[in-house]
Amino acid sequence: MGKPFKKPEALSDQITHYCPGCTHGVIHRLVAEAIDELGIRRRTVGIAPVGCAVLAYNYFTFDFQEASHGRAPAMATGLKRVRPDLVVFTYQGDGDLASIGMAEIIHAANRGEKFTTIFVNNAVYGMTGGQMAPTTMPGQRTTTSPSGRDVEAVGWPIKMAELLAALETPGYISRQTVIKPKYIRKAKKAIKQAFEYQLENRCFSFVELISTCPTNWGMTPVEAVQWAEETMLPYYRLGDYKIPEENKND
Amino acid sequence: MSYQHHIDKERCKGCGLCVSVCPKKVLEMATEINDKGYFPAYQARPEDCVFCAMCSEMCPDVAISICQVDDNVVGKTRQESTHG
Amino acid sequence: MGNTVLMKGNEAIGEAAIRAGCLNYFAYPITPQSEVAEYLSRRLPEVGGVFLQGESEVAVSYMIFGASAGGARVFTTSSSPGISLMSEGLSYIAAAMCPAVIVNIMRGGPGLGGILPSQADYLQATKGLGHGDFRLLVLAPASVQEAVEMVMTAFPLAEKYRNPVMILGDGLIGQMMEPVEFPEHLKTEAINKDSWATNGMATRRSDQRNLVKSLYLDPKELNDHNLRLKAKYEQMKRDEVRYEAYHTDTDYKVLIVSYGTMSRVCRTAIDQLQEEGIDVGMIRPQSLYPFPEKAIAEAAGKHSCIAVACIEMSMGQMVEDVEKAINNRRQVSWFGKCGGEIPTPEDIQEHVKSLVKSK
Repeated sequence: MGKPFKKPEALSDQITHYCPGCTHGVIHRLVAEAIDELGIRRRTVGIAPVGCAVLAYNYFTFDFQEASHGRAPAMATGLKRVRPDLVVFTYQGDGDLASIGMAEIIHAANRGEKFTTIFVNNAVYGMTGGQMAPTTMPGQRTTTSPSGRDVEAVGWPIKMAELLAALETPGYISRQTVIKPKYIRKAKKAIKQAFEYQLENRCFSFVELISTCPTNWGMTPVEAVQWAEETMLPYYRLGDYKIPEENKND
Repeated sequence: MSYQHHIDKERCKGCGLCVSVCPKKVLEMATEINDKGYFPAYQARPEDCVFCAMCSEMCPDVAISICQVDDNVVGKTRQESTHG
Repeated sequence: MGNTVLMKGNEAIGEAAIRAGCLNYFAYPITPQSEVAEYLSRRLPEVGGVFLQGESEVAVSYMIFGASAGGARVFTTSSSPGISLMSEGLSYIAAAMCPAVIVNIMRGGPGLGGILPSQADYLQATKGLGHGDFRLLVLAPASVQEAVEMVMTAFPLAEKYRNPVMILGDGLIGQMMEPVEFPEHLKTEAINKDSWATNGMATRRSDQRNLVKSLYLDPKELNDHNLRLKAKYEQMKRDEVRYEAYHTDTDYKVLIVSYGTMSRVCRTAIDQLQEEGIDVGMIRPQSLYPFPEKAIAEAAGKHSCIAVACIEMSMGQMVEDVEKAINNRRQVSWFGKCGGEIPTPEDIQEHVKSLVKSK
């Protein structure tokens, strides 16, 4: 009974700047564990976003590039095309990927670029102080939707996994969450699978992770987990939305 | 083979997630702050710990580690987390 | 000496990059330079290179950033509105000290403008290409051959300074066919980038990771970084000035300052005026940043010279740089046309004569 647990080598020792209870930390660790287990640290290059994870590069022990807001998939495309032997991943939040970077992620996925995207969906813009995101839930109060998101005025939250899965180009598109240990294990599996597809040079891989933002949701970390489970998970359903083995053109 | 559970109280941000996931109710939040002003988690009932590592997996700050201890090696020290 | 071939400017520019040792190209179609992408989409696969048409110029500016940050030689081409879309990306590339080559085949502006040639991006290229304290090294060819040579030279220059280099051409250069050769001696090896590029720790056989970024939250660090960039630009100003003098050995009354294809029309005008007994000299900047201030100041300072004329296919974007160079010692006039209207030699003669008459 029992098992050991320690910090992966791909993760640095630095204490993060993330808020108490922010699940970025969990996701960083899962990515680092996958990289360690696959033995690819020395040929991995991460691409950091603009958002709370702008300083993500401080928490990993391998090469990193810093992108401008939304453009990480374009940088990853450039890098992976000229150095297909490197393992390349982008790490992006709601605003970065689903707002300003919408064109870049759709086109990278559609071209089937062989890199991996880790998408952190916490339904709000964290770094800039809690504004509404394309992924904000109906009725959710944010600093730019003080009366709650009004779907009549600004539409429904965008489901990125479904959107990308609808493209004809094969890919691995999965949505998981890290809010509780029972989900964390599945999330780790999906993240590792995503990198495995990249190692096979198989397809574009994308893992959306439903996450919490206690600070901007105005909740304690434990309350935030509960809100995410009750409000977000019924809308953003977990699962593998596309795997490369299913070829739509068959 | 046995295990040793360790919480780095200076890494802990007092988020309380580990406390909420521990199946054996081992953990609690300390009543004294750490250097950053957070109330870190600690093992209130270490004897109940089964080293399932759920707390480690939940911790966003990798503050909790579990190491294997060779029972034959005497005096292997690891700074114990303290509570107050 | 290589073979001389008749080639369309856009295609020659594409070929020049390959001959220089750059096999990576990301771009978006826009008139009047889409032929570069069309040519390279066939040619790059032939040489085992990377060709990708990105989804927008915004995306392209980051594709070249990612590739360059990973240590590869890379270039792109675009035209005026597309270059505007690349502003942010160029600021990032310069800030992160990555090399890249960008070719702007200028068209009429502002806005959607027109598809015919112009020189209306001078200020954008030399002064306004993005936020923050950075500059591009800007070279301006006047012929397809010169464009080829400048493109080939741009790659080692970009690596030397770890900065983007811009070749400022125009639609005439892009569309014309002229005889070209690709000088062997301009093919260069890429420099070793292991000290900074994210080319993988395994590639470098190192345990030290590399980080390419432009964020410096600490004000002292950011100031120091800016001072480092500034020192680079000061070095460019010392070492990379390029210009050509035409007819400056005569006792010219008027000094023309003109660059790119416009300078060729000026040459014809100068030759015609000489037959009429009017001496006109010309300084043709080949580098727009750094600007050949000293050469222009000296040439304008000639005793016989009574006026300086800026001849451009813009509304006079270069005038203030010429005025600054000569410190207002002479009147600087401007003549130009925009939108694809190209001044004729007769237009220029008329302008010069009006300057001579008025004194």
